[in-house]
Amino acid sequence: MTAPPGNRHAPFPSPPVAWRHVSTETRAARPDSPAPDAVAPAVEVADLVKRYPKATSNAVDGISFAVAPGEVFGLLGPNGAGKTTTIGVLTTRVRKTAGRATVAGIDVATDPVAARSVLGVVPQRPNLDRSLDAKANLVWHAAYHGVPRAERGPLADELLERMGLTDKAKTNPDELSGGQAQRLIIARGLMHDPQVLFLDEPSTGLDPQARLFVHDRVAELAAGGVTVVLTTHDMDEAAKLSDRVGIVDHGRLLALDTPAALVAGLSGSATVDLDVVGSDPGTLRDRLSGVRGIAGAEVLDDGPATARMRVRVDGEAGAALPGLLDEVVAAGGRVLDVALGEPTLEDVFIDLTGRGLR
Amino acid sequence: MTITTTTATGLRRVATGRAFLGVLGRDVAVTGREFGSFLSQVLVQPFFLLFVFGKVLSQLGYIAPGYAQLLLPGLLALNAFLVAVQAVALPLVIDFSFTKEIEDRLLAPLSTRMVAVEKIVFGAVRGMIGSLVMIPVGYLVLDKVTWNVAGLPVSAVLLVLGALAGGAAGLVIGTAVSPRRINIVFAVVITPLLFTGSTQFPFLQISSLRWFQVICALNPITYVSEGLRGALTPQIPHLPTWVCLGALVLSCLLFGAIGIQGFVRRALD
Repeated sequence: MTAPPGNRHAPFPSPPVAWRHVSTETRAARPDSPAPDAVAPAVEVADLVKRYPKATSNAVDGISFAVAPGEVFGLLGPNGAGKTTTIGVLTTRVRKTAGRATVAGIDVATDPVAARSVLGVVPQRPNLDRSLDAKANLVWHAAYHGVPRAERGPLADELLERMGLTDKAKTNPDELSGGQAQRLIIARGLMHDPQVLFLDEPSTGLDPQARLFVHDRVAELAAGGVTVVLTTHDMDEAAKLSDRVGIVDHGRLLALDTPAALVAGLSGSATVDLDVVGSDPGTLRDRLSGVRGIAGAEVLDDGPATARMRVRVDGEAGAALPGLLDEVVAAGGRVLDVALGEPTLEDVFIDLTGRGLR
Repeated sequence: MTITTTTATGLRRVATGRAFLGVLGRDVAVTGREFGSFLSQVLVQPFFLLFVFGKVLSQLGYIAPGYAQLLLPGLLALNAFLVAVQAVALPLVIDFSFTKEIEDRLLAPLSTRMVAVEKIVFGAVRGMIGSLVMIPVGYLVLDKVTWNVAGLPVSAVLLVLGALAGGAAGLVIGTAVSPRRINIVFAVVITPLLFTGSTQFPFLQISSLRWFQVICALNPITYVSEGLRGALTPQIPHLPTWVCLGALVLSCLLFGAIGIQGFVRRALD
C-alpha cells in the first residue's frame, strides 16, 4: 500500500502537482480502484479533538482529513491554530481527547509503538542530541529504530552527503548553523526509512538559501514515494510544496484543496491594486465594491497620503479597469498607480482567517 | 491467525528489545566518552569522607581504629544510590524543560514507560560503577580492611538493588522538579540523604537517638549500608539481610511506580 521499499535513493523527476497522487495509485498496484479514495490513506484524521488540561477551549476542535500515499500535504494556519497539536497527536507525543488518527493504517493512540516505527519527525524546535556529534546523532537514531549495525554508518554518510553536511560529520550540533541543524534533523528523521515524514514548520527561521534547499529535499522525498505532512504559516511555501493544503484556524479545518483550487475558489479570479489619493479609503472601498463585475474590495494600506486598495475582479482585470477608474474619479480621488495580479494563497488565507493579529 | 499473531508479537518484542538496547547504548556510550570527568565527579566527595574519617581522625586517635571497617561499606552504599540519583535526575530536568534532546528517544519504537525504565537502568549502571571504584580507593587509603569474601554475592545483589532504587528516586526527582528548583531540591534532599543513610554509623547502635533512627529507617541507603555490613563485616551489629533486601525491593517498586508515572506525564501532552 505504501511506497515500494528502497526507492528512496532513486529520485525521479517530480510529476506535475495535479496528477502526482494519481501516479501513487499506480504504484500501489490497484488497477481495480481508480478513485483516489479507494487507496488506503497514509495519514487519516477523523473528528480529532484535543483539549489540554485546564484549557478553556479545544486546541484541535474536530479536524478531519486524509493524506494519500506519496502526497505532500500542507497544514496552513496562523500561530496557535492547532497545527502543531495535530502533528503532535499524529506523532504520538500528544494524547487525543476524541476522534481517530492513523498513520499507515496504524491507530496512533492504540498502538503508538508501531506507529513510531513508520513515521519520521522534524520538530519545530531543534532537539539534536548535543552529547553526540552530527553523524552520531544519525547513527544512534538508527540504533533506536533497530537498523542493523553494519548499515548505520554507510546510511548516515549517504544522508549527510544528500543534505550537504559531509564535512560536518564530526561537528557538535551546537556549532551548526540553523540551516545545517535543520538539514541534520531531516536526515535523522529519514534514517529509519519512514513511510510518512512530519515536518513542523520546516523552514521557519532559515535564510533563503537554506529554505530553498529544504524545499528541494521535500520535493525529492515526495518524488521518492515518502508521504509528507508539513505545517507552515508561510503561504508561498505551502503553495509551492503541497499537493493539497488544509487551512486551519481556531482548531478547525476551514478549507482543504489543491492550492490552485483554493485560489480559484476565492470570489474574484484576478486582482487590481490601486494607489489612490484624495478620497477616504473606507468610503472608496464601499463604492468600488458596488461597481459592476467587482467581487470585493479591501484597503491594503491606509497611508498618510496615498491609500492602497485591492479589488477582486470577476473575469478579466483589464475589462474592469475603466469602471474602477471612473468610480475613483467620481469619488473625488485620483489614481497614482495601478497593478494587476492573480490572487494568491495569501488572499485565500486572509479571506478565511481574517486580518486580526494573534 | 494465532500463529501470525504470535509471530507479530515476537517480532515486536525483538524490535522493542533492540530499541531499549539502542537507547541504553547511547547513554552508556556518552558516559564512556566522558569517563574521566564522571570518575572525578563520583570519587571526590567519598574520597575525602574516607580520608578524613577513616584515616586522619583515626590516626589522631579521635576515632577508634576499627571505624574504617564500618565506613567503607557505608560509602559503597552511598555512592551506589546517590550517583544513580544524580545520573537520572539532573539530565532529565534539563531535557524536559530546555533542550528536549530526549524527544528523539521518546519517538523510538518503544513504549514511553520503557524509556523511563531505561533511565532507571542507566542510573543504576552509573551507580554501580560509582560504588565499585570505591573499593580500590578504600584499600589504598585505609590501613586495614578485611572483608568476609563469602558475602560478596549478597553484596552484589544489595548494590544492584540500591543502585536501581537510586535510579528510580532520580526519576521521581527529575520528573517532579522544575529547573528553577533543582538546586534547592538537591541541597535539601541530597545532603540529608548523605547523613541519614547509616553510612557513617551502624543503624542498630543509634537506638538512644530514637527520632534519628526513625528518619534513617526511611532512607533506602540505610538498607544498602546495613546489608553490606551484614555480608562483608558481620562482626559489626547490623540489620538482618532479609529486612534489607525486602526494604530495597519495596523502594524500587515505590519509586519506580511514581517515577514512571511522572515520566509519562512529562513525556506526553
